[in-house]
Amino acid sequence: MKNLFYIAFIFLQLSLSPSFAQNLEVCASCEFTSITGAVEIAKDFDTILVKKGTYKEYNIGITKPITIIAEGNPVIDGENKGEIITIQADNVTIDGLHIINVGTSYTTDFAAVRVVKSENFLLQNLTLERLFFGIYLEKANNGKILNNTIIGDAVEEFSSGNGIQLWHCKNVEVRGNKVKKVRDGIYLEFSDEITISNNISSNNLRYGLHFMFSNHDTYVNNLFENNGAGVAVMFSKFIKMEGNTFRKNWGTASFGLLLKEINDSEIINNVFEENTVGINVEGSNRVNYFHNDFKNNGWALKVRGACYNNIFKENNFLYNSFDVSYNSRLNDNKFEGNYWSNYTGYDLNRNGIGDVPYRPVKLFSYIVNRTPETIILLRSLFIDIIDFSEKVSPIFTPDNLVDKNPMLKPIHHGTN
Amino acid sequence: MFKILKYSFFDLVRSRWSYVYFLFYLLLGIVLLFLNNDLSKAVITLMNVIIILVPLIGTIFGVMYYYNSREFTELLLAQPVKRSSIFLGQYFGVAFSLAMSLVIGLGLPFVFYGIFNSSAIWDFSLLLITGALLTFIFTALAFVIALANENKIKGFGYAILLWLFMAVIYDGLFLMSLIYFEDYPLDKFSLAATMLNPVDLSRVLILLKLDISALLGYTGAVFQKFFGTNLGLILSTGMLVLWVLIPTGIIYRMAKRKDF
Repeated sequence: MKNLFYIAFIFLQLSLSPSFAQNLEVCASCEFTSITGAVEIAKDFDTILVKKGTYKEYNIGITKPITIIAEGNPVIDGENKGEIITIQADNVTIDGLHIINVGTSYTTDFAAVRVVKSENFLLQNLTLERLFFGIYLEKANNGKILNNTIIGDAVEEFSSGNGIQLWHCKNVEVRGNKVKKVRDGIYLEFSDEITISNNISSNNLRYGLHFMFSNHDTYVNNLFENNGAGVAVMFSKFIKMEGNTFRKNWGTASFGLLLKEINDSEIINNVFEENTVGINVEGSNRVNYFHNDFKNNGWALKVRGACYNNIFKENNFLYNSFDVSYNSRLNDNKFEGNYWSNYTGYDLNRNGIGDVPYRPVKLFSYIVNRTPETIILLRSLFIDIIDFSEKVSPIFTPDNLVDKNPMLKPIHHGTN
Repeated sequence: MFKILKYSFFDLVRSRWSYVYFLFYLLLGIVLLFLNNDLSKAVITLMNVIIILVPLIGTIFGVMYYYNSREFTELLLAQPVKRSSIFLGQYFGVAFSLAMSLVIGLGLPFVFYGIFNSSAIWDFSLLLITGALLTFIFTALAFVIALANENKIKGFGYAILLWLFMAVIYDGLFLMSLIYFEDYPLDKFSLAATMLNPVDLSRVLILLKLDISALLGYTGAVFQKFFGTNLGLILSTGMLVLWVLIPTGIIYRMAKRKDF
C-alpha cells in the first residue's frame, strides 16, 4: 500500500514537472539575445528555444538539466576562441544546433560539445563544422549521440582532433552520424558497452573508427570509406562487428580493418572492398569471421602472427590479388567452407563443395612478405609456375592451412 | 621500302595464318566477355594473354615469315632495290599485319560490348597499345635472329629461347637476385630491371592500372610513384619504343651487309 502511494506520487511529480518548466526563447529581438544568458537564467528542466540567427559565443557551460532546441538552423560561431558547449549535468538534451569555428589549441582539447561526468544526455541533429574536436564525452554514461553531421577540415594529424571521442564512457549509443575530414572519425578509449550503428565515417586523416582498451562494444551497419588508414580495433575484448562496409582504404600503410590484440570477438556479414589490406590481424585469438565478403583487395587477409583459434567460415574471397598472407609456417586457425574465386578444383559428386582442398596462402605471398620489392613480379608467368609447384607440394607455406571444403559458388549470406 | 611493306602486308593479310590469328583473338574476346560479364575482369585475363602470347606469336611468326619468303627475297635482291628497304619492308609488313589482327580481333568484341561507355576504356586501350608494341618488339627481334642464322632449325631454336628468356627465365633470375640481395635497398634495382625487359615493363604498366591496391602496399609506393605519374608513363612508353627502334636499327645494319 505504501509502495503504491509512492509510485502514484512519482507519477504526479512527473506529470506536473513539465508544467513548471518554462520555454525560454533566444533570438535577436527576444527576451534573451544570447544562449549564455538564457542558460544562466534557466531553471531545471526548462527548454531553451534558439531561433534563427548567428550567435557569436563560446564557453557555454550547462550545469543543470535543460533542453536546448534549435529552430530554423541557428548558427553558433565560436570565432576560433575555444570550446563552445560544456555539459556538466545529467539529463541534458541538445538538438539541431549548427556550431562552427571551434578553437584549436595544442594544450587543451577544445570541443564543439563536451559532456563531462554526466548521464542521460541526448545530442542529436547537430551540425559541426570547422572544428578541433567534435563531440567529446568524458566519463559520461547512458547517453545518445544521434544523427549528427561533423565536417572537419583536418590537414595534419598533430593539429586536428577527432569527430566523436568517448573516453571512459559506458553504455552510449552512437547512431546515424556522418563524420568527415577529421583525424579519427570515431574514437573510443576505455569505453565499454558502446553501440555504434549506421554511421558514415569517410575521408578522415587517420582512422574511420578507432578502438583502444574498450570492451563489450558493438558496431553495426556502418560505412567506413576512404580513410587514411581504415579502422583500427586495438587491445579490446568481446567486440561485435556486424554488417559494416570498409571501402577504398588505399595507401601505403592502409587497411580496411586492423585488429591488434583483439580477443573473443565476432566479425560477421561485413564487406571489405578495394582496400590495400582487407583485414590485418595481429595477436588476435578466438575471433570468428563468418559471412564476410572480401572483394578486390590487394590482400584480403594479412595474418601477422600470434593468432590462435580463429575461425574463418563461409566467407567470400573474390578477386583479391592475394587471399591470405601468413608470415610464419605455424597455423592454428581454421578455414572452412569459404568461397575462393581463385579455386580451380572440381566437384565430382555435385554437392557444391570442391573435392580438392584449397590452399589460400600462395608461395608468392610468402616471398613478398620476406622481400617486399618482389611485388613487382606480381602476375608474371614465372610466379604462376612456382605458385603452382608450391600448391602441389607445399614447402614454404603452412601445410595445414587449407580449406578442406571450399565452396564452388559464391555464398549468399542470409539477410539477418 | 613502302612498296615492299605494302606487298608483304597484303600478302600476309590474305594468308591463312593472319585469319587464324585474327579469329583466335576475336573468339578469345567474345568468350572472355561472355564468361566474365565484367569488363575490368576480362581486361585482367587479357593482360595475361597479351604479355605471354603476343611475344610468342610475334617471335614465331617473324622467324617463320623470314625463312618462308626467302625465295621471294632472292628474287627481289635481283632488282635495283636497296637491301635494307627489302628487309625493313618485310619486317614492317609482318609487324603491322600482326598488330592489326590483335587490335581488331580484340577490339571488335569489346566495342560491341560497349567499351566506349565503360570506365575501362583507358585500361583497355593501354592494353592494346602495349600489345601492339610488344608485337613490333618481338617481330623485330625475330628478324634479327633470322638474319643472323642461315640455319632454319637454329633460328627457330634461338627465337623460342629468346621468348622463354624474356617471359619466364628473366623473372626467375630477377626474383632470385631480389631475394639474394634482400638486405640491400632494392627499389632502384627493381625499377631498372623492370625497365630492361619489355615483357615485364608491359606487365607492370598494365598492373598499375588494375591491381593498384596491392601495388600500393608499402613498397609498392615507389613503383606507383614512378610508373603512376605521367613522367613514368612517358618514360616506360619511350622505353618500349626504344625496344622497337634498337632491333629495327640492327635489322637495318645487318640487312645492308646481308648476302646469300
